Amino acid sequence: MPRGARERNRLRSAAQFPLRPPRPSVKSLGFETRVAREKRTTQKDPPPNETKAAPEIAQKLAAKQREISISEFFTKNRHLLGFDSPRRALLTAVKEAVDNALDACEEAEIKPEVAVKIEAVANGAEPPASVFQAERFRVTVEDNGPGIVKEQISKIFAKLLYGSKFHRLRMSRGQQGIGISAAGMYGQLTTGKPTRVISRIGSKKQAHYMEIALDTKKNEPIVGVNRTTDWDRPHGTSVSIEMEGRYAEGRQSIEEYLEQTSIANPHVVLTYVSPKGETKTYPAAVAVLPHAPKEIKPHPHGIELGILLKMLQDTPSRWVSGFLSSDFSRVSPRLAAQICREAGIDPKAKPRRLGGAEAEALYKVIQKTKIMAPPTDCLSPIGEPQILAGLAKQIRADFYTAVTRRPAVYRGNPFVIEAGLAFGSGNFAQKQKEAAEEGPKAEGEDNDKEVEMARLMRFANRVPLLYQQSACAIHKSVIETNWRSYGVGQSRGALPQGPMVIFVHMASVWVPFTSESKEAIASYDEILKEVKLALQEAGRRLGVYVRRRELAQAEFKRRNIFALYIPEVAAATRKLKGKAVDIEALKARLQKMAVKLTGGEKTDALLKKNNPVAQLPSTIVAGEENIKQQAPNDKQTDKRKKRQ
Amino acid sequence: MVRRRLSDVAVKSRLEGLADVVLDAAKKSKDPAISIPVRSLSNVTFDPKRRIIEMGENTQDRTFFNLGMARKFMQTMLIGAACKELFEEKVTTSLRELYYRTKHTLAGSSENTFDDQAESDPIIEDLEVTLDSLREELHVRAESAGTIVGPVTLVDDGDVIDCARLGKGGYAVPSIVEPEEIKIKKCSAKFILLVEKGTQWNRLSEDKFWKKHNCVLLTGNGQPPRGVRRLTRRLHDEYKLPVYVLVDNDPWGYYIYSVVKQGSINLAYESQRMAIPDAKFIGLSSRDPEKYKLPRNVGIKLNDKDISRAKEILAYPWFKKKEWQEEIKHMIASGLKYELDALANKNFRYLTTDYLPRKLREKDWLD
Ligand SMILES: Nc1ncnc2c1ncn2[C@@H]1O[C@H](COP(=O)(O)OP(=O)(O)OP(=O)(O)O)[C@@H](O)[C@H]1O
Ligand SMILES: [Mg+2]
Repeated sequence: MPRGARERNRLRSAAQFPLRPPRPSVKSLGFETRVAREKRTTQKDPPPNETKAAPEIAQKLAAKQREISISEFFTKNRHLLGFDSPRRALLTAVKEAVDNALDACEEAEIKPEVAVKIEAVANGAEPPASVFQAERFRVTVEDNGPGIVKEQISKIFAKLLYGSKFHRLRMSRGQQGIGISAAGMYGQLTTGKPTRVISRIGSKKQAHYMEIALDTKKNEPIVGVNRTTDWDRPHGTSVSIEMEGRYAEGRQSIEEYLEQTSIANPHVVLTYVSPKGETKTYPAAVAVLPHAPKEIKPHPHGIELGILLKMLQDTPSRWVSGFLSSDFSRVSPRLAAQICREAGIDPKAKPRRLGGAEAEALYKVIQKTKIMAPPTDCLSPIGEPQILAGLAKQIRADFYTAVTRRPAVYRGNPFVIEAGLAFGSGNFAQKQKEAAEEGPKAEGEDNDKEVEMARLMRFANRVPLLYQQSACAIHKSVIETNWRSYGVGQSRGALPQGPMVIFVHMASVWVPFTSESKEAIASYDEILKEVKLALQEAGRRLGVYVRRRELAQAEFKRRNIFALYIPEVAAATRKLKGKAVDIEALKARLQKMAVKLTGGEKTDALLKKNNPVAQLPSTIVAGEENIKQQAPNDKQTDKRKKRQ
Repeated sequence: MVRRRLSDVAVKSRLEGLADVVLDAAKKSKDPAISIPVRSLSNVTFDPKRRIIEMGENTQDRTFFNLGMARKFMQTMLIGAACKELFEEKVTTSLRELYYRTKHTLAGSSENTFDDQAESDPIIEDLEVTLDSLREELHVRAESAGTIVGPVTLVDDGDVIDCARLGKGGYAVPSIVEPEEIKIKKCSAKFILLVEKGTQWNRLSEDKFWKKHNCVLLTGNGQPPRGVRRLTRRLHDEYKLPVYVLVDNDPWGYYIYSVVKQGSINLAYESQRMAIPDAKFIGLSSRDPEKYKLPRNVGIKLNDKDISRAKEILAYPWFKKKEWQEEIKHMIASGLKYELDALANKNFRYLTTDYLPRKLREKDWLD
């Protein structure tokens, strides 16, 4: 076997662990498939229609065929892991470290407190003129998690494809065991500096300090400094990476990532020290930790033939029937026997001995057998009250609502979709008042209001997705939802308009990303459907609110209009008729008629009593009362208030 | 036939009627309502005997306690009060000044009484029909954008103006030309030529066409304003002069001619004193390009808007005559429209020396 092929196989087996979650689609994910493809392109396979002189070409090519080091691969495929531009690299590094910190804390059932610090570092003699011009940064992320035992530190931070989450089917932020070591390697490749780690696993143990580089040829850690140290935290981990980067604010910035993280994880306390030296804290809004998700076995409907073959090889079970019932979820011994019978396989056959044809028959029978949906206790959705708390904490709006759908399944993978909406600019009542006090406007001045687009926040297993929005199933579902029927403007094929934040979260044991950089969710029909259903429910509630608000506004306006025009009409009447007209008496009379004609206090009472917004589930409305308080001539309402 | 000009006292009492609407309603606790005649195609009729467009009987109530109408009601009252002020101050004003006079911000809001002049102009027209008073009677001047030259002598504010001695420029026709303001002292012309565009009027004036053919030359620079229409009508009535209208060959030209002849749809209440049912259409006719051998390349392709407008005009009752149907259909069929300016393709004086003389000689016009 040529060395290249061996390397390929090694990588593949590293990636395809027996309990490897079923791959959602052949082309969508596999890191190893991409390695393989990379190999193929390096080998320059002749196109199939070119047939001449194959042996000579093969000879020539053989001279060029050699192993590709992981660093070479990484440099060429930076974009796959989110390191394609200096700006994005900085964000990706923060993201990988923070995701890990949160995963670790939650697994240890510790309330996460994570501190992020970015410092501009002088590259050479001269310090950069401003943080926006700086090209080198130090990213430090510190958590109060369980810490890492010192024997593991080097491998975790300096060996690609090494981790604890890949080999099990459980909902977590990280999946692949690449994240943090890729960030470390990027730092090493761009600055030559090692990753620095401090970790402490308990107050009785000393903290450990380590500087680790990655041997990019062998994918093995090289440990530099390695000693105990003093650290004020009783337990936790601190990772520090120096790297090339670009600091930016606004969209797709570190701040946006942290803000969104804090919305989807309202149990977390985040602190951020920006390169400018400013400290920002994102406090927690809920006291309880999300319930710990359970680990599950793969569902038979979620696997592909290749994975079945691999699982047959790796199973500790001695019988095929035993393999079926113990390595998969929802397969009882009886069902296992039935499947074997229908596939024409002896239930007591040795799994490792099964031939290709038999395995294929087994696979086909599995696919067409009715099997109970996978268990869903492996999922830990954020929850409606938590989403509301997160949104209300970070987004100023007039109306908030949240929907958590019941679990659904795509390709044997259970998942839950959650949606939230924050609508309005949070100063509806204030704005109305301001509009009334704005003063004279010149001709044509009123019409230059801009159309604002809704802001979409996408999350997968509580991690914000900031890139590749238009490639994502969530975006697709949002634009395919008919927002107009909920009283919100929308042009074809676009996000809805207006001051609105749309929050969508997918929780799953396996999120089908379109690439390794984990930024866009693949468009499975089941996922699209669930997202739409969640948005429709949230949208319906929004519609109730918007309609009621319009009603209140119209009523306010109606009375207001008459109140505005009455002095004008009275003054004109007097001008026309002369001094004989008692202008005050006329105004009072017209005013009385106006109140009577707009339904008087009856309308107010009606609006209050049948307030449909108050009856909506998982919904907060801010400043509702203020709208009514402002209606002028609303003496009845005022009196009632005083009496209370 | 023409109704006598209303006295200021009469108009004033009509204006006060607006105030009575409000006061009466307030007394009875009823929604105040002003009854306004409808100004649109649905409410005009063509009287085939008198050959003018007349306003129908339909009216619409403008009430105050109605969200859709409250603003307009308020505006109507404001304009009415401003007209009263004009009487008291003994001045006349323009539409634009009236807009500025009545524009202000409503107390306690950012809303304006009027956002632009397009909002206030129609209110004047509403008042004209409601009070059955012309805008001049309300002391509001129409825009003056017309010129006259020819053997006519006018008296304006005591000044004697001989329109034959004003050089090429002529006399600017004021917006109010009622006998109280302008007297026609003398007129020896044989006919009136009303030209759509200033360019052709200038050409004819420069060439002293009016001298050679003994006529009055008038233009209103596009759709003739009220002063021009009214002066034409007075010359027609008082000196029995035939009126010929010269316009571009396009749907708008036809419509301008019809406004001169039988009045406009929007201001149908004015037909009585403005319309000249005997006016003739001298050109450009859709037959002229052939007759006068205008090359096709000086024509302009009719666009969709032209065609739909031409079809609308075809349907007006006052264009139902056979010759007119043929005239318009011929234009649509040719697919082209022609500007008067295109005659210059022949030579600069073609209009003066060839086109008009031949038209007059051959009595080649449409009625
Ligand atoms: N802050 C930390 N505290 C404790 N354990 C950690 C911490 N960071 C990383 N780990 C451990 O190191 C492993 C490797 O992390 P890494 O980010 O490389 O991969 P991952 O999180 O498993 O997957 P992904 O590539 O999707 O991020 C994790 O699986 C986890 O067990
Ligand atoms: Mg990770």
